[in-house]
Amino acid sequence: MSKKKIWNSNAIYTFLAILVGFVVGAVLLAAAGINPLVAYGKLFTGVFGKVKFVTWSIIYAAPLILTGLSVAFSFRTGVFNIGAEGQFVVGSLAACVVGILVKAPAPVHVLLCVAAAMAAGALWGAIVGVLKVKRGVNEVLSYIMFNWLAFYLSNFVVNLTVIHREGGGEATKDVAETARIMAPQALITATSCTAANWGIVIAIVAAVAIWFIIKKTTLGFQLRAVGFSRSAAEYAGINTNRMFLTAMAISGAMAGLGGAVQTLGMSGRISQFSSQEGFGFQGITVALIGASHPIGCIFAGLFYGAMKYGGGKLSLVNAPAEVVDIIMGTIIIFIAVSHVFKKLILGRAEKSKGGKQA
Amino acid sequence: MAKQSSVDLSKTVIRMKDIVKTFGSFVANDHVNLTVHKGEVHAILGENGAGKSTLMNVLYGLYHPTSGTIEIDGKEVRIDSPQKAIDLGIGMVHQHFMLVQPFTVTENIILGTEPTKGIVVDTKKAREKIVELSDRYNLKVDPDAKIEDISVGMQQRVEILKVLYRNAEYLILDEPTASLTPQEITELIDIIHHLTADGKSVILITHKLKEIKAVADYCTIIRRGKYINTVDVSECDENKLAAMMVGRDVEFTVEKKEMTPGEVVLDVKDLHAKDYRKVEILKGLNLNVRRGEIVGLAGVDGNGQSELVEIITGLKKAESGEITMNGESIFNLTPKEIFDKSVTSIPEDRQKHGLVLDFSVAENLILQNFYKEPYAKSGILQNAAIEEHAGEMIEKFDIRPADSSQRPAGTLSGGNQQKVIIAREVTNDADLLIAVNPTRGLDVGAIEFVHKYIVEQRNKNKAILLVSFELDEIMNLSDRIEVIFDGQIVGSVPGKGADEKELGFMMAGGKKNE
Amino acid sequence: MSELIKDLGLLINAMLIATPPLLFAALGSCFSERSGVVNIGIEGMMTIGAFTGAVVAYFTGNGWLGFLCGGLAGAAFGVIHAIACISFNADQTISGTAINFLAPGLAVFLCKALFDNSSDSPALDTAAKLPKMFNGVFKAGSFGYNVLNTYPVAYLCFALVLLVWFIFYKTRFGMRLRAVGEHPQACATLGIDVYRTRYICVIASGFLAGLGGAYVTLSTVSQFRPSVIVGQGFIAIAAVIFGNFKPQGAMKACLLFGFCNGVKALLGANNIVSPHLISMIPYVVTILALIFFVGGSRVPAANGKPFVKAK
Repeated sequence: MSKKKIWNSNAIYTFLAILVGFVVGAVLLAAAGINPLVAYGKLFTGVFGKVKFVTWSIIYAAPLILTGLSVAFSFRTGVFNIGAEGQFVVGSLAACVVGILVKAPAPVHVLLCVAAAMAAGALWGAIVGVLKVKRGVNEVLSYIMFNWLAFYLSNFVVNLTVIHREGGGEATKDVAETARIMAPQALITATSCTAANWGIVIAIVAAVAIWFIIKKTTLGFQLRAVGFSRSAAEYAGINTNRMFLTAMAISGAMAGLGGAVQTLGMSGRISQFSSQEGFGFQGITVALIGASHPIGCIFAGLFYGAMKYGGGKLSLVNAPAEVVDIIMGTIIIFIAVSHVFKKLILGRAEKSKGGKQA
Repeated sequence: MAKQSSVDLSKTVIRMKDIVKTFGSFVANDHVNLTVHKGEVHAILGENGAGKSTLMNVLYGLYHPTSGTIEIDGKEVRIDSPQKAIDLGIGMVHQHFMLVQPFTVTENIILGTEPTKGIVVDTKKAREKIVELSDRYNLKVDPDAKIEDISVGMQQRVEILKVLYRNAEYLILDEPTASLTPQEITELIDIIHHLTADGKSVILITHKLKEIKAVADYCTIIRRGKYINTVDVSECDENKLAAMMVGRDVEFTVEKKEMTPGEVVLDVKDLHAKDYRKVEILKGLNLNVRRGEIVGLAGVDGNGQSELVEIITGLKKAESGEITMNGESIFNLTPKEIFDKSVTSIPEDRQKHGLVLDFSVAENLILQNFYKEPYAKSGILQNAAIEEHAGEMIEKFDIRPADSSQRPAGTLSGGNQQKVIIAREVTNDADLLIAVNPTRGLDVGAIEFVHKYIVEQRNKNKAILLVSFELDEIMNLSDRIEVIFDGQIVGSVPGKGADEKELGFMMAGGKKNE
Repeated sequence: MSELIKDLGLLINAMLIATPPLLFAALGSCFSERSGVVNIGIEGMMTIGAFTGAVVAYFTGNGWLGFLCGGLAGAAFGVIHAIACISFNADQTISGTAINFLAPGLAVFLCKALFDNSSDSPALDTAAKLPKMFNGVFKAGSFGYNVLNTYPVAYLCFALVLLVWFIFYKTRFGMRLRAVGEHPQACATLGIDVYRTRYICVIASGFLAGLGGAYVTLSTVSQFRPSVIVGQGFIAIAAVIFGNFKPQGAMKACLLFGFCNGVKALLGANNIVSPHLISMIPYVVTILALIFFVGGSRVPAANGKPFVKAK
């Protein structure tokens, strides 16, 4: 009975998928002449070796948790938000512009930046929603287009004279100190991590809020109904178009918030992109590992943040950091097919049970 | 519908012996036997879920039997794929047509066995053969029309041609009359006689006793997966067949007390609407329903019933006309606004429209009222109240299993799913209840349950609009029958003593004789 | 006048550079989508094709061999996508997302492993790239030079459109692949092997996407870089939806993108408008086109839905 319960829960398959991901990564490392134990050892000590490293991993995790939430929320309402990337970009851009151009006292300035970022992300998502609802435009397609529009919009704004930093560097000026969300000096000293910030707290609060909306409110009831069955929701009198727009806007706002956290917390400015940074796409992985559950996204985001930060140190042992992408891709594939294994294992358990009875 | 038999008892063509088919722990076929002769029409009778389709899918190679043997023309065979079945001369017309919508009639018929000239598909040659076949068996089709543009009756003829094109000797027809007019049914029976006269054998899956009496030579009865009996149809009457199918005596008529209808509740005047292809589907329809009466809307699928219901409930917009509820206009309002004007409905497709299958039973029971007290307070759901309401409903409407309030509605049986919908809609206590094919796919017990609640609502002085493709259901329940054809009401008769032939005539577009 | 012709030549030249990779990938996408399997992994398949093409050409000095191997590498990821989606009923969008992590990740990983931790492969000699035709026939900068002294593959891919169209609408396989994408159950009852048909189509989509990627590194870019594909796979998918899932429609959409790129190249040379704004043109044009000209394209009915055979 308890054995069956274990094989019935989704978590076990996620863990197995993660295990398989590491095995595949190890095989590739070995094939490339790198000792996987050395590489994974570096990955591990690179994350857990010092308090500073752990802090960095958490800093990396915060924006990923938020893009993960964005995607997970969209999944719950039957939309696949592959546009979190663009919403993240416009969110960080809005936060950056307000952080540079607007003058305000500390807490107010932060709130203004965050509000601007969430509004920008929500708008970016809602436009796609309007195109779908009003003109029947395929949303996956317009999300992808809006990702690139955000990309070039950001590069355009970065190069405007009022925004662009003086002197060298393809980046903006620094965001005003009043708009930053840095941790208290004591914590920065204690962790000896200069980038320590409140991002993780914002992410956790957002996750709890999203969980509450989905599970406990009438809005969440309608969103879930639409996500599960658009036709039945419509029949029951729920305004499905409005729910789509609401869901896409909230999802966009989460990704935009992720962008704000990245800009106001870690980076303090944005640089000109040469290629997509991938926070939104990584959010898809976070949502999948977190089983589209808001709280699951916190843990999945921490995992991805650690892999991303630790992966950056692999070059110290001459191992390509891209092994992290391969591990993540493998994990996604195996989570996507895990339902088959689940059926297989549970079916076999059932059969052997039936056999004993006969 | 005179019966002409062409059975050659000396030639057994299909013999299925002791067929067992299990899905996990569920036994769909439990030692079922079937013997079919050359030139015979053999009916397989059973309730929904009795295992008729499973048995035929085994014969057609879609399922592999867990045990048992199949003989074709006296030789034991293993049918492990539809291709193998086709090679053995078996053809199947599925209940849900297996047609590719954007393809033409010809393309659908040749798919899988396309003649080629070099590497190019030779549709010209195929077309000739199809025209020849359709002439021979009197199966009128337009070989160049696209499936999405032709009627259900013609789609069925395409399915039969598909089978004949592959030189099938044994034809399986799965519930072939489900969406045909009485006239189309007569034509189909005629086609079946053409086939058997030509030496072909037909297996007819159905739960309609009249059709069996009209066309079948022998009938095999299956109940809950078990083989019950095979009988000579000419020696059995309908009641006897029904008793074998259900396992007990069945009461066909519904008890109803006499009532005088009250004031008009729903009034539809001169309604015009277009379907999704922008073709006019409702052409000035007039209809009213009064308190304390059940109005049955009889008609063949596709004459505007679905659109009418969608417009009344707000899912679809009409072009022009008037619709009032208790004197107030509900024309082209949203579903929510119309619901608030005391309109409730049991939808035709319970899995698509009636229920959110992934929602729990408790959640489904408050699907329209989730935002009202006590289920929610200032936008926050009150789980205790929702749960309590579910417990009451489950007990009152005997929804099984009894602990199902937290189970996803999709895990319930069809009958219990319908009970959830009825519990919800009846509890709304609205002035108008619209029921669309409320018993489709249910077994006899569940049908009785549904009918009981519909009549009970009428007796509580509510107005009921019953839309059904089952003429028997309309005749049994209705106080007044309105016939819809081509987007208009073409006739109205009292429910009591309605004549089936007359209704059938009107359903096919014939005007009522005065 | 001669300036105009010269500009036209430049425009066509830019189109001939930008269109083929998109068109190869879009034709691949047509195969997969029409058979009922959503493939957003096209982007990743292009990237692995770009890498493999560059590396094989670098080591063998044979551009054509590199081109072919680029296709095969894409096909290999097509196999992974096919196994996940067709045999294991994985969510097709999610599997595609995974491919978009795996394939580029593997490309850069192998690049670093092969070339001393560099994420760029060494530049290719002209001899190791795909050959150009009409070398030395036209004067540099002339119309003929820009239009004809280019890669034959750029013209070949238009012939490929004709071939794919022929396969789709004239052959037995094409009829079946379209039917499988519309109503797989119907096909199964007629003895058509739905799995086999879909496998062939998804692998073909990977092969063609791989060719598209390899064309990029073996013609204009001359080396592999992690950013070499930058969203071209997604644009190819957009082209297919825009082109109503038909090869000829996808070609028109790809030409539109190519044209936008040509305009981009011309305008970019003048440096009047910000290059970042000019770069938005293809995306804005697509969105506007979708809003005003495509009244919701007709998606194959079984697109994205796994087919489960009864047992």
